[in-house]
Amino acid sequence: MSALLPLTILLSSLIPAVVTFFLSERNVYLRNGLSLGGAVVKLVLLAIMLSEVARGAIYELRFDLVPGLFLLLRVDDLSLLFVTLSGFLWLLTTIYAIAYFGKSAHLTRFFGFFSLCVAATTGIALSGTLITFFLFYELLTLSTWPLVVHKGDAKSLRAGRVYLAFTMPGAAALLVAIIWLESAVGPVEFRVAAPLHDLGDWSLRAIFALFILGIGVKSALVPLHGWLPAAMAAPAPVSALLHAVAVVKAGAFGIVRIVYDVFGIGLLQQLTLGLPLAILASITIIYGSIRALQQTDIKRRLAYSTVSQVSYIVLGTALAGPFATIGGLIHLVHQGLMKITLFFCAGIFAERAQITRIDELDGIGPRMPWTALCFSIGAMGMIGIPPIAGFVSKWYLGIGALQAGQHWVIGVLTVSSLLNALYFLPLLYRIWFRTPSDAAQAAAPREYPVALIAPPVLTAIAALATGLLAGSSLSPLSWATLIVERSYLP
Amino acid sequence: MAFFEASEGPWPALLIGVPLLAAFTAIVTWRAARLLIWSGAAVVPVLSVVLLARVIHAGGLRLPIGGWAPPLGIAFAVDGLSAGFIVVTGLVMAGVLLFALPQFTASAPGAAESRAGYAFVPLVFLAWAALNALFLSGDLFNLYVALELLTLSAVALVAIDGRSGTIAAAIRYALFGLFGSLAYLLGAALLYAVHGTLDMALIAERATADGATVIAGALMTAGLAAKTALFPFHAWLPPAHSGAPAPASAILSGLVPKASFYIIVRIWFDVMPQAAGTIMPVLLGVLGSCAIIYGSVLAIRQEQLKLVIAYSTVAQLGYLFLIFPLAGGGGEPQPWAAGAWTGGIIHAFSHALAKAAMFLCAGLFMEALGHDRIAGLRGAAHHLPLTVFAFALAGVSLMGLPPSGGFTAKYLLLTASFAGGQIGWAIVIMVGGLLAALYLFRPLTYAFTRRGLEEREFARVPRPRQVIPLLLAGLSILLGIASAAPYDILQIGRPHAAVEGLE
Repeated sequence: MSALLPLTILLSSLIPAVVTFFLSERNVYLRNGLSLGGAVVKLVLLAIMLSEVARGAIYELRFDLVPGLFLLLRVDDLSLLFVTLSGFLWLLTTIYAIAYFGKSAHLTRFFGFFSLCVAATTGIALSGTLITFFLFYELLTLSTWPLVVHKGDAKSLRAGRVYLAFTMPGAAALLVAIIWLESAVGPVEFRVAAPLHDLGDWSLRAIFALFILGIGVKSALVPLHGWLPAAMAAPAPVSALLHAVAVVKAGAFGIVRIVYDVFGIGLLQQLTLGLPLAILASITIIYGSIRALQQTDIKRRLAYSTVSQVSYIVLGTALAGPFATIGGLIHLVHQGLMKITLFFCAGIFAERAQITRIDELDGIGPRMPWTALCFSIGAMGMIGIPPIAGFVSKWYLGIGALQAGQHWVIGVLTVSSLLNALYFLPLLYRIWFRTPSDAAQAAAPREYPVALIAPPVLTAIAALATGLLAGSSLSPLSWATLIVERSYLP
Repeated sequence: MAFFEASEGPWPALLIGVPLLAAFTAIVTWRAARLLIWSGAAVVPVLSVVLLARVIHAGGLRLPIGGWAPPLGIAFAVDGLSAGFIVVTGLVMAGVLLFALPQFTASAPGAAESRAGYAFVPLVFLAWAALNALFLSGDLFNLYVALELLTLSAVALVAIDGRSGTIAAAIRYALFGLFGSLAYLLGAALLYAVHGTLDMALIAERATADGATVIAGALMTAGLAAKTALFPFHAWLPPAHSGAPAPASAILSGLVPKASFYIIVRIWFDVMPQAAGTIMPVLLGVLGSCAIIYGSVLAIRQEQLKLVIAYSTVAQLGYLFLIFPLAGGGGEPQPWAAGAWTGGIIHAFSHALAKAAMFLCAGLFMEALGHDRIAGLRGAAHHLPLTVFAFALAGVSLMGLPPSGGFTAKYLLLTASFAGGQIGWAIVIMVGGLLAALYLFRPLTYAFTRRGLEEREFARVPRPRQVIPLLLAGLSILLGIASAAPYDILQIGRPHAAVEGLE
């Protein structure tokens, strides 16, 4: 049983993916049923595992390929944090996508690759070794590409090319790092200390740099972030997937794994690698915010905002004190909830009111109250206004920075929050307080169907609840604390 | 080679006899082609698998023909390497024949009268018999006979549709092949003169690093490298492989060059590892690297899909030659890193399956569109989703992405090069992978582009035919997922030099 659970949870997305590919375009109900059914099954399995892992259980499944090369699926506390987030958001995004696309073409392909993406993400979360991680990391790249180019127009094809131009060399760097490391110390399992000291200090530094180069592409670290704004050409559910469910999260998660479970904090400090990573993350945070400020398109502004926000996770990881770690880990969840809300809403604005530019938002609030409200909650959370989830992240990051003796990070957090406010508040002002133009007044956008509106409402509520109830034992904060207590405290 | 002397009866000879018989029957009566394809595709792969099972059960087999042991008689010699190649050959051949069934048998209109319809089936069976004979052979002269038979049928397959362009390509191929045969034969004769036998196991016992042996090895390698289209002898390959009909190209690209490569591996790892010296492995590695880079760059620049795939073959064959400098890269602390030899062979298997799948996909695109211009593939992902999917799966294996056989091979080669401190080869492998992504994602990007309304419709392609390349591509992925089995099989009779390295 304990070996089968990780496999089942992987199959809960893999089977819908594979079966969907063989369905005809007309089999709408079966297709939707498969995706939704898989997502529900996954959530049930997650609930079981969360309670078991909290009691100290660990699930493992090992699969040998050739000597020195084996796959290991392992459910530990950290993997559950990520897989629960992506499982929950998968369900909501599927509902949203079904409503969003309605009866448009090529949906079988879309939902097939969509489920495959989630399967890959689950695999990344459950990976117990570097090679397993690499396998699913590549699968994620390959299954996201058809989604990015889904529309098939010149813009999305260009986005697809840019995406590959960043991710393929990134993956190559990652593979070189893994094999360089493993050819010296043998197969590396997460949380099993490998004799890294067999390699020289400079080799280790180079390997670490290659890891960050390879994984930093997905987590959109500056200057490896270029693909993310370009990918905005894809439809809204894909943006949700890229920004919250799967891709950038996989990158951030990967960095957490590399820092804590491959190198370990002690070795990282000995090699003085934590500080450069923190500085890189800080640069990304500030640069992403400044670029977001310059955008006039809603989705592009949100994209640069992601570039900035995901690096909070990296920053927390790089600072490496217990509080900073907790801050980084909970931001993995919090950023996902808030950013997916924003993208859901941006998609609804675009579909129902044809609004894609920021200056078109004037006065939309009273006319599309649900969407506007959810958007506002997400935006305020990003700025860090209590009691929304984003505040909790920033609070822990701040304390963590002080604890680690890196006072300059407080400055970064302050400047970034200020910039967040600068690029989100004007949107909220336009939404609620400006009067719409005459043309916009004449159009009467409607918020329908429920399946399109419910997902952002639920994620907005979740973003509020994780902030308000951060102290409860079921919150991401408690889980992140559990991870830190178990693994990273001596 | 450490072999058990075993009496297996005549049945391994069936692996040669059945396809040969099928070839002759097909020449006599084309009406039987359909029946022959079905029975051949069913029987020979089963025989191959039975042979493999015997090898797994008994270890390496050595089967003197007619009870006369070498040096008086000749013998078949089968180990994991040869059994593996025979099974892969069986799978690819069966897939290709079934794929070609509606194209080249009497049921297709006018097929019986055309040269292609008449000659395709006998030639494919002939090539199959030659390949099996080659992989079973235990002595250098049998290898020569099988190789000649293979080259002849391959040249004929290139020229099968009789257009002037393909005949020119076939003649060029034949010239390269002729040079290759001569050089090989010269080398074999020299070995016979020095050691008094052509049996590989016996020469292995007698050979030292003397001048004659080294020269013989170099001659044979040069000849075989020309047949394997190793850079700079690759010029014949792209026109020949892109000009032939797609199912023929699948065999030509997937299997035929592997046969001559197989003999090179046998010569250096089994027969005369001590004569390899230091220069020869590095030279082969360098030429292989040139092939990877040059072939990939040219593949990127092609406008026709079949040429992309053909240049990709030039590049992919280059990886095989990296095993000469990389074999034995492990050392005590990391014994698993000694896997370069196995990695190279797994690469050959996975490339055979993936490349055959890819050429069959190209054939389907040509049937649906009437041409294979990459820019004309717009909308293919919608009209031929299964074929595009098969193409992409095969691409995953060629790019060496997990969990394909290509990835396992790449992993083994990379690990060996890092563990042995030979980083240069690793760089070539990585760059080759990225270049492969460039030339493979280009047609895929077009396939995902919306098709303009003014463009011609896709003709319908029956689903069962689309399934065959999908299965072959799936097998090349499966080879990675289940790579424990081929790895273990290849350890049966694995030469010491594969573990220790050539010197």
